Amino acid sequence: MDLSKASFWGYKRENGRVGVRNHVIILPVDDISNAAAEAVANNIKGTMALPHPYGRLQFGADLDLHFRTLIGTGANPNVAAVVVICIEEQWGKKVADGIAATGKPVAYFGIEQHGDHDTIMRASKAARELVQWASERRREERPLKELWVSTKCGESDTTSGCGSNPTVGNAFDKLYPQGNTLCFGETTELTGGEHLVAARCRNDEVKKKFQFMFDRYQEVIERHKTNDLSDSQPTKGNIEGGLTTIEEKALGNIQKIGKKCVVDGVLDKAEAPTGPGLWFMDSSSAAAEMVTLCAASGFAVHLFPTGQGNVIGNPILPVIKLCANPRTVRTMGEHIDVDVTGLLRKEMTPDQAGDKLLECMFRTANGRLTAAEALGHREFVLTRLYESA
Amino acid sequence: MIHFVVHEENDGVGVVVVEGVKAGQELTGWIMEDDKDIKIKAQSEIPIGHKVSLKDYKPGDTVIKYGVDIGKVVAPIKRGEHLHVQNVKTKRW
Repeated sequence: MDLSKASFWGYKRENGRVGVRNHVIILPVDDISNAAAEAVANNIKGTMALPHPYGRLQFGADLDLHFRTLIGTGANPNVAAVVVICIEEQWGKKVADGIAATGKPVAYFGIEQHGDHDTIMRASKAARELVQWASERRREERPLKELWVSTKCGESDTTSGCGSNPTVGNAFDKLYPQGNTLCFGETTELTGGEHLVAARCRNDEVKKKFQFMFDRYQEVIERHKTNDLSDSQPTKGNIEGGLTTIEEKALGNIQKIGKKCVVDGVLDKAEAPTGPGLWFMDSSSAAAEMVTLCAASGFAVHLFPTGQGNVIGNPILPVIKLCANPRTVRTMGEHIDVDVTGLLRKEMTPDQAGDKLLECMFRTANGRLTAAEALGHREFVLTRLYESA
Repeated sequence: MIHFVVHEENDGVGVVVVEGVKAGQELTGWIMEDDKDIKIKAQSEIPIGHKVSLKDYKPGDTVIKYGVDIGKVVAPIKRGEHLHVQNVKTKRW
């Protein structure tokens, strides 16, 4: 596929970033604001609440990550406008100000001294205006390089490593020279293949930062583990699918970064990249957590290979699923956007599989709903670093 | 027809990519990197996605896949047998 003149139809936002969806989100800052946020989304059609269980008495790096994730989610170019709801108005303002730095319209409301009824009424009025405003935004044709693409695999099995993950790798190898901004992560799921990622780093500085992130996560595992993690990593589903060890899973996982891409930089969780290229983001390997972090980092479309059939989606980031396992495609076909089972029958080359995935990526970017979107998968899962105070 | 795939020529395992492999079945494998075919006789029932051993292993041996170490053998494995958590464990964690 010649991508040198390729383009997609997206929403150009106030800060120059280009999104592929036009969501108006109702964003609770904390768990106890979920009810009001969901009530507003119920009142005002075309808006979407993003309920979650956290935001109270977090502190230090964990609190920083909470704010970074919420602000990043609101700032994502797939979001046109945001209504922030919070128990304490000051924190609502902090999140709203962070999002407003992109130039997009944001309103925020505190529940204290008002109660749910009054908050829901005030926020609904703002949401109604914002959704009507957003409904007049128009897609425009933009060059391919303005599309930010992330990847993470889930419910992997051995077919992931020989079929669907190399397909993403092939697509990444084609996007990278076009100047796209790309991202992968899943820190513990590189265990056994971390030397291969380190060898792909742009320079010693990037390599050092990668190794720091990798070692930091290994220390978490070592501190808390009670066995060899064979009940968790690989997961029961991975083992059912034929993956035996974390090393084997990691080597399959790494196929997603292709053969040619260079790791240009390293991000902490929910940090935004500062330029084009392939970025490693330190992140959990749990699907919903990792994809939520990709959305918070600003990625606009996500490539998700699965083996045994992970059904995950995200509220604002379209998750494109591809699969090379014929049993999964047969039994869970409604979740699969791109069938690459032909690869393992020698009926399709990796190059053809990569093109098929890219074709689906363009259609998705242009507005086609993914299977996860059509099925209503909106997993919004915030990463926590430790207990609340 | 391809019954299993092998990433690299020196790998000690292949991945079964069809359903219903039975003991005694003659299997055709595809070495992806070199685009070569190999034959092996299955010695056990092997589910889709699971690995068939391409050589004899004894405890303490290292299993190679993708040309890289994926773990240590903890119980004897014969060529053609099902290689998985019952006979191979991680070297990490």
